[in-house]
Amino acid sequence: MREVNVSEITDVVEKLCIDSNYYLPEDVKKALEDALEGEESPLGKEILQDILKNQEIARTKNVPICQDTGLAVLFLELGQEVRLIGGELNDAINEGVRRGYEKGYLRKSTVDDPFMERKNLGDNTPAIIHTKIVPGDKVKMILAPKGGGSENMSALAMLKPSDGVEGIRKFVLDTVEKAGSNPCPPIIIGVGIGGTIEKTTLIAKQSLLRNIGEHNPNPKIAELEKDLLEQVNNLGIGPQGFGGRTTALAVHIETFPAHIASMPVAINIQCHAARHLEATI
Amino acid sequence: MSKRVNTPLTEEAVKDLKAGDRVLLNGIIYTGRDAAHKRLADMIDKGEGLPMDLRDQTIYYVGPCPAKPGQAIGSAGPTTSGRMDAYTPKLMDHGLRGMIGKGLRNQAVVDSIIKHTGVYFAAIGGAGALLAEAIKEAEVIAFPDLGAEAIYKLRVEDFPVTVIIDSQGNDLYKIGKEQYKK
Repeated sequence: MREVNVSEITDVVEKLCIDSNYYLPEDVKKALEDALEGEESPLGKEILQDILKNQEIARTKNVPICQDTGLAVLFLELGQEVRLIGGELNDAINEGVRRGYEKGYLRKSTVDDPFMERKNLGDNTPAIIHTKIVPGDKVKMILAPKGGGSENMSALAMLKPSDGVEGIRKFVLDTVEKAGSNPCPPIIIGVGIGGTIEKTTLIAKQSLLRNIGEHNPNPKIAELEKDLLEQVNNLGIGPQGFGGRTTALAVHIETFPAHIASMPVAINIQCHAARHLEATI
Repeated sequence: MSKRVNTPLTEEAVKDLKAGDRVLLNGIIYTGRDAAHKRLADMIDKGEGLPMDLRDQTIYYVGPCPAKPGQAIGSAGPTTSGRMDAYTPKLMDHGLRGMIGKGLRNQAVVDSIIKHTGVYFAAIGGAGALLAEAIKEAEVIAFPDLGAEAIYKLRVEDFPVTVIIDSQGNDLYKIGKEQYKK
């Protein structure tokens, strides 16, 4: 057994909160640059230029890319040969979030209850923690701050198996069309298909961690990703919804075996400030 | 090519703006999002005085990040405007002329914009660092207990926005999409 003190986890989470909010991943930056090349709308081009300029200001001045620094979503991969010492794991993670959001001058966006007083908790905790126990003696953490604007445009459908691929296609296109300018296009569309209601939603979110330009290893699914991206971009919504060719930068699909009676589909929409960062102890 | 427009907005200046125009705003604007809108609407219903005179003013839907030392304000991009739709016609009846946000508005807001010769601008969602550069001064003038959702008075210089809904009700979100649909 390898011993890991949870205070190390606190330190790493703190740094991940700050750095993920300041520095846009390289793959997203490159996707935006490629989009700028291909954009036909003059106004759309100006918007993409401003979005690229924005991430450059954030990077050089060490400030948040977007004021919505999100809920702190943490994907934790805990090696089964790790023994955690020095305190309680969830407390350690939340302490890292608390410190990161304070020291990084990040916005605190959690409210205590969702439909009554909605009082701001003031420290951006609790983190949303997804834990997976994996072989080995490492602790891997991926922090993906998630803003409200794009999350609000996400959707779930319990489709019938007979709806088939056309049903999935229609659900994706309808969801993106309905969202329009709200989720800050260009967006990344994470699609989960299969599993149960919570599984399909989780794999949709996990698909957003994949680098832009990488496709699902299954060639048929990869083909559907490319197809859907073209169809989405033919909607004409464009950068910020002002009209143009770039409504989405990517469509990522993840699947999971499903019940014989079910075909759940979840769509998790991600804005262009697609922030995620990982570290391993 | 962007047009420079001063705030508070005059009726003449607003009449000149067309959906799709790029505009640089200069002057004073106020922030307000969900919680502040609810409070302003409640105050109007109760006949109480508002924290600022809304006549010809512009409200920016934003909840900024805390300012770092040396900054006027932290990152400050727009939030989704649709959540303010329920309160907007009431505020426009009390003099509000301009709004800055991002995303779709409902028909009641469009009707109110036409009725009052108003304008709905979008700032670039997700460009909080860039937009903060154009905000030179920020001061909380109401509801400090709301934190990031308090009402700030901002002084802006060449604050970049795009006209989405003009005073005749033209909507860039519809026009732009139709143009590039395939």
